[in-house]
Amino acid sequence: MKNFQIIRALSSRTAVTNISKENEAMFIAGGTNLVDLMKKNVVAPDKLIDINGLDLKEIEFVKGKVSIGALAKNSQVAEDVAIKEKHPLLSLALAAGASQQIRHMATVGGNMLQKTRCSYYYNTDMPCNKRTPKSGCGAIGGSNRMHAIFGASDSCIAVHPSDMCIALAALDAQVLVEGPKGKRQIKFTDFHRLPGNTPEKDNTLEAKELITSVEIPDHNFTKNVHYLKVRDRTSYAFALVSVAAALDLKNNVINDVRLAMGGVAHKPWRLTEAEEFLKGKTVSEEVFRQAGDLAMKGARTYGGNDFKITLGANTITEALTIAASK
Amino acid sequence: MNFITFCDLRLLNLLEYPSDFANLKIDRMASKKNNPKEVTENDSNSRRDFIKKSGLFTALAFTPPSLVMASENKWDEKIAEYLETVPLSIEVNGKKHNLNIEPRTTLLDLLREQLQLTGTKKGCDHGQCGACTVHVNGTRILSCLTLASMQQNAEVTTIEGLAKGKKLHPMQEAFIKHDGFQCGYCTPGQIMSGIACIKEGHANSREEIREYMSGNICRCGAYHNIVDAITEVKEGGKEL
Repeated sequence: MKNFQIIRALSSRTAVTNISKENEAMFIAGGTNLVDLMKKNVVAPDKLIDINGLDLKEIEFVKGKVSIGALAKNSQVAEDVAIKEKHPLLSLALAAGASQQIRHMATVGGNMLQKTRCSYYYNTDMPCNKRTPKSGCGAIGGSNRMHAIFGASDSCIAVHPSDMCIALAALDAQVLVEGPKGKRQIKFTDFHRLPGNTPEKDNTLEAKELITSVEIPDHNFTKNVHYLKVRDRTSYAFALVSVAAALDLKNNVINDVRLAMGGVAHKPWRLTEAEEFLKGKTVSEEVFRQAGDLAMKGARTYGGNDFKITLGANTITEALTIAASK
Repeated sequence: MNFITFCDLRLLNLLEYPSDFANLKIDRMASKKNNPKEVTENDSNSRRDFIKKSGLFTALAFTPPSLVMASENKWDEKIAEYLETVPLSIEVNGKKHNLNIEPRTTLLDLLREQLQLTGTKKGCDHGQCGACTVHVNGTRILSCLTLASMQQNAEVTTIEGLAKGKKLHPMQEAFIKHDGFQCGYCTPGQIMSGIACIKEGHANSREEIREYMSGNICRCGAYHNIVDAITEVKEGGKEL
């Protein structure tokens, strides 16, 4: 790992904003992804700004929403009693990600900013437009079993790796950020972006902006929810495909529904068309199957990941069935 | 130009080719050996260096003073970068240490290489195996993905800190009783993780133990016996 300078930001958010005017500096919180990337020389910042001393760790329930500090640990949020009760989908998604050691270290903000686990991105001997713009994409025509089936481009077919973010996309969360130009709010589904011709940009954060919190508005998805993650081993692996399903049922009729998928696109993939289809329908496996098939329309595969179309439809059907049976 | 007076010519070479301080040390060690071939090679390197450096001095002599100042400043920064360490106060197994460390030192490397606590193992060094699991302020974490420079005033417990004198920790005893290992390489991480798994309240069933121990890989496949050991300690109800 290249050596670097480290600055501990201890006082206020303003201090961090000022310090962040340095060139080639990066924020570090849990470090579970960044330290790994630095060891592999994929990322080599000159300066790190340790933000763990900032007062951004609280989970606060206020009128109409919950505000989760960007430095709240993944395990802290997953096991928070009130989060389990009011936002069980988020708790389930968080518990499905990584291992307990990593969840103890990783923060909410860091989870959102983690990089794809595309092996071509991590291997500096291989071409990767995300790591080195204009160098090409090794995954197209290469080993692409883990890769995207929606929203990819000729530049990049990598997928977003988070589980937490799939639930946050389904729950209409908002991201609060602070930067040199002040504070602003970004809709969670607009936070991550599709690769297009600039896959080096994972999200819509501007330079030097810091995520301060994530807000989830109150909702009725407190009972019939499920996060189904399909992976190569039962635990501690990234998703081949995952589905966040939330149903608001009244007498077995779907009053409202949220569906989002992971492991299929460069961002959490919200299934709005399938949601619209399901609204007002009576719960049945047939209806869930139709929703799954509908959601897979427009999918494009790359050889190694052809199986994801069938797997995706099956996972949606299964996730909805489990959610409805709770 | 004053900084050159305290830099040997080798260091100047390092500025031209900033590779790694470690290489410099190895080079020096190599040149001390009485290997005629190596000496010859070093000599030719030195001649090459000398020609380069004389060229550099000549160039500097004809450069406007303001530019010389600027480039000097840049060099100073580079030297600072190579020599920079940060102070760290850390408590490991009840013993306080006041250290100066490179910012890039991971907690794992600090424990193993500087504090000689080699019980904590380096498996993958990329957060995929759990062999490096230690407790920091009572929480299990992966020491290979933790920068030591971010652990100011932290209290760390490693496998070496579990036994009380000759009395093993209940989890250590249970691992021996249930044969919770074969080669033993993952064992320190498994034991640290197992203790935390119970303390966190995630050892209520075999399924839950397996899920919450999934960050600790055992290539010998001693999982069944590891779950037995953790179950017994949990059911024993001793304070851990």
